[in-house]
Amino acid sequence: MIAETGLAALWLAASLALLQLLLAFAGLKGGKSELLAAVRPAAVAQGLLTATAFALLIILFLRSDMSVLLVATNSHSMKPWLYKFAGTWGNHEGSMLLWVTVMGVAGAAVALFERALQRDAHMATLGGQAAISLGFYAFLLFSSNPFARIAQPPADGQGLNPLLQDPGLAFHPPTLYLGYVGLSVAFSFAIGALLTRQVDAAFARAMRPWVLAAWVLLTLGITAGSYWAYYELGWGGWWFWDPVENASLMPWLAATALLHSVTVLATRDALRAWTIMLAVIAFSMSMVGTFLVRSGILTSVHAFAVDPTRGSFILALLAIYIGGALALFGWRIGSVREGAPFELVSRETMLVVNNLLLSVILGIVLIGTLYPLMTEAFGHKVSVGAPYFDRIAGPIALALMIALAIGPMVRWRRDGAGAVGKRLLVPAVVGLVAVAVLAAFAWGRIGVLPFLGLVIAVAVGAASIAPLWKRNLLRTPLFTWGMVIAHLGCAVSLAGMACDSAFTVEKLVAARPGDTIQTAGWTLRFIQIMPVAGDNWTALQADMRVDRGGTPVLIRPQSRFFASPPTSTSEAALLTRWDGQLYVVLGEEVEGGRWQLRIWWKPFVTLIWLGGVMIALGGALALVGRERRGWLMKWRARRALA
Amino acid sequence: MRKLWIWLPLALFLAFIGLFASGLFQPDDRIIHSRLVGQPLPAFTLPAGASDRPALASASLANGKPRLLNIFASWCVPCAAEAPQLMALKQAGVEIDAIAIRDARPDVDGFLKRYGNPYARIGLDARSAVQMALGSSGVPETFVIDGQGRIAYQHIGDIRADDVPMILDRLRDAQ
Repeated sequence: MIAETGLAALWLAASLALLQLLLAFAGLKGGKSELLAAVRPAAVAQGLLTATAFALLIILFLRSDMSVLLVATNSHSMKPWLYKFAGTWGNHEGSMLLWVTVMGVAGAAVALFERALQRDAHMATLGGQAAISLGFYAFLLFSSNPFARIAQPPADGQGLNPLLQDPGLAFHPPTLYLGYVGLSVAFSFAIGALLTRQVDAAFARAMRPWVLAAWVLLTLGITAGSYWAYYELGWGGWWFWDPVENASLMPWLAATALLHSVTVLATRDALRAWTIMLAVIAFSMSMVGTFLVRSGILTSVHAFAVDPTRGSFILALLAIYIGGALALFGWRIGSVREGAPFELVSRETMLVVNNLLLSVILGIVLIGTLYPLMTEAFGHKVSVGAPYFDRIAGPIALALMIALAIGPMVRWRRDGAGAVGKRLLVPAVVGLVAVAVLAAFAWGRIGVLPFLGLVIAVAVGAASIAPLWKRNLLRTPLFTWGMVIAHLGCAVSLAGMACDSAFTVEKLVAARPGDTIQTAGWTLRFIQIMPVAGDNWTALQADMRVDRGGTPVLIRPQSRFFASPPTSTSEAALLTRWDGQLYVVLGEEVEGGRWQLRIWWKPFVTLIWLGGVMIALGGALALVGRERRGWLMKWRARRALA
Repeated sequence: MRKLWIWLPLALFLAFIGLFASGLFQPDDRIIHSRLVGQPLPAFTLPAGASDRPALASASLANGKPRLLNIFASWCVPCAAEAPQLMALKQAGVEIDAIAIRDARPDVDGFLKRYGNPYARIGLDARSAVQMALGSSGVPETFVIDGQGRIAYQHIGDIRADDVPMILDRLRDAQ
């Protein structure tokens, strides 16, 4: 019954989305407010219904109902409950249901909480959201029904990819998805603004919190995903430029640019067309990423089951929605007035620089991801790897960091180059000190990019707290704190990346129990190899006692074997210290009872993810700060009236 | 001018859609074809890779008889899995030379003692320089070399038992 109820809820939600679209369209076209009055309730009901369908699918997974095809192929009764739960979205159908659920719930939230937008634009936005949802409902219902039953239920399920059996996976994809799909709201806002020709500062102020919320979740999701890949894949790397990673990075780059341009629009009523364009691009990148991952036209470690019909379905959705939005842009943007002009030396210019650099990086990542596809169309086969991305995007990212240091010190509208230079004096001196210190201690030992990265990280770190200088910290608005913390987070993250590539010590040894290994100031005593067993796996585990002068700590890297389906994974042992991480992977047995061990000492590598969390925290503070200020102003106005 | 700019994103996007569609409907072809097929071997001279086999130079590979050039390493697990097939090929009368990649002579000796030694000559390519010149990206890989020292075929990955007849055919074709 649960599966049938879920399917019914999904059909109902899809019908409501259609109703929502028709009501908004007919209401706006004929100027009938009684039709428009029903749009918001329809959006709320649609959100509730999709959430119900998703909750029912979770219940099916938790109860291991093997009569449902999706559960039988992706779950197993032996699995710990957390992974049954996470199994709900660890597959194609479940993740698409999560997609429409996020879209539906986001639409309901826009219906319930959006107050700043003018009525017509609000209704057009909700209509747009419903239109996009409809395509994905059709996709689910016609080609990826998550609730399909099987006539002969198997005795047990076929398990879940063991790589995905990790607590990180229970939370990282939904967070990422919330952000990824949350950007659909910005897309719908852009559609609404183009349809009603309302592109101004008020529109930007209304859109900003939605963009911020999606961006915060996307940032958290990418940070968590990067850490997951770092410790679960056992390669010691934290970013692999895999198509799926790029698929989450591209919307983030576009959303980051959008976040800054929407601030220009909200504050100075400039960059109108550009902001609309970015809002369209951000969610388009989410959809393109989904297409690349799901259609299987690019091979990736993340690849789900490949199905050409699904690929063509998503391609058709892409063509309709992105093509439609870009055509609407071309058709309507000419009638949007040019925004306010600004001087060359101004905060606006710096934000344009930020946007241009982010767009260039986005272009590089997009081309790198699609290049194999482009050359294949002409009969050549290539693959694009980390060296391309690192070498091409790296220097531009460093330039972006410099812009990030300067930007907040420049005044809106107009500023003097000399005055800006004076404000930059302290960070510049700090940067020069960093150059001197690094040159003295590490000259010739580290590459150019890590060297520049460290220097720029230090200088940007100093510059990013500049907006707090000579200010009463208690009276500084929350959103200024948000900007400072997010920018500082960028510097912290960059410092972590540069330290990792400059100072990591790697050692590959074959050792037998009883051996002692010395590396990077650490002493590792290899005690024994022991078989251990978990819920649905067995493992060989190495017990090692490690120290660097203090009390020894026991670490246990494992090499795990899963029975269903038969696979093996390596569980790296991580030892976190304030100045870095010791990362030990147990490999295969080699001749004479020796075992391969890979040992890395990665100084300050944790800063990468600490920085990511700071960036997200900064975004959250900015969001809360802006909302609170708006609420306070309204409350004061009301009290003044009374 | 502004009019044109406005439509640029849509034009770009349509180009991408065309690309995606062509990628989606193109038959799946994941076989990598080497560009070196038909080309003469790059010139190289390598020191001996094992204590009981002579060293290897490219000049000696063009002696009129087709042969195999196997790229392997003692630290490579699929290479051990491939060893029985190479022995079978040797027993079928095929001459096999080898290049050991990023290896040390004692390790190669140990590997050959354990898994058998089908090789006539073994060169030691300690820094993968020759491997890269050959356009080989991993171990194991096997090249069919014709009598004139040209590359006739490149086999990427280990030779499975059911690949052996195909390899023999390739050697015959290279006559």
